[in-house]
Amino acid sequence: MAVERPQPGSPGYALTTLESLVAWGRKYSLYPFTFATACCGIEVMGGFGTHYDLSRFGAEVVRFSPRQADVLLVAGTINYKMAPVLKRIYEQMLEPKWVVAMGACAASGGFYNNYTVLQGIDKILPVDVYIPGCPPNPEGMIDAVVQIQKMLETGAPRAAERWPIKA
Amino acid sequence: MTEGIKSVVLAKLGERFGDAIVATHSDFGDDTAVVRREQIVEICTFLRDDPALRFDMAMDLTGVDYLGEEPRFEVVYHLYSLEKKHRVRIKARVPEDDPTIDSVIPVWVGMDWYEREAYDMYGIVFRGHPNLKRILMYESFVGHPLRKDYPKAKRQPTIGPEE
Repeated sequence: MAVERPQPGSPGYALTTLESLVAWGRKYSLYPFTFATACCGIEVMGGFGTHYDLSRFGAEVVRFSPRQADVLLVAGTINYKMAPVLKRIYEQMLEPKWVVAMGACAASGGFYNNYTVLQGIDKILPVDVYIPGCPPNPEGMIDAVVQIQKMLETGAPRAAERWPIKA
Repeated sequence: MTEGIKSVVLAKLGERFGDAIVATHSDFGDDTAVVRREQIVEICTFLRDDPALRFDMAMDLTGVDYLGEEPRFEVVYHLYSLEKKHRVRIKARVPEDDPTIDSVIPVWVGMDWYEREAYDMYGIVFRGHPNLKRILMYESFVGHPLRKDYPKAKRQPTIGPEE
């Protein structure tokens, strides 16, 4: 956010634009919705727990209704049968919303190259941040939140805005 | 002693059905009978009702794909008798051009979901099954994934949320 800081001792004021003020507010109130289907979910729990404590970065309020969340954190293997459920949950979230593909399975299907596993959730959803790892550390999840905050800060377009990707 | 009792099962089967029993063996104490698929319900009813056999518990039913052999598929039944405490394995070969076999639900109602699974994974059709549809995969899934010629890299169409 472009803010002109007042000189020490002068009356307090700050100059900004409405967009960056709203973005600044959003930046520290990301409400994650965890869609944990596999071992990545355990790392998510670790990330929200006291040791790593994602709340330090302003994303501590985990919502278990997609209607109240704005970050969809997909942690785990998504198979073809689960895909419509995930899609429906994404559609239920309010704009603006972000999608994080946590771990190898959500990002690419991982080592499940078989008849039942969706080869990456980007086949059905616009993914903003991919976290590598199998499973990733909780730091990876924290980094994903920080990346989304950076997107807000710089006004970078969300993946949903360039979806579907045209070849 | 138990060895003697187990062979009684196969002896009785051979005595009662003769040519319908294609082969039998008792390797490592596992009694197995390969039977002709036309008589499967008859044989299963006999196994359940005969006072010396009493196979009252259907443990499992599964399919096997012997790609390259003829007949290609096999249906395997694992049976147990709670009363006599003995087991038997029944196998029936099913050809590829007519992958059908009679349902044994009239004999053991618990075979319902096993037959659906074998149908889902191998495409073996169980004649007379009251509700023969996929149990693990979804309705619009194409093919039968445990067949040996199902391509490993085959991808399914992604289905949207139901409207």
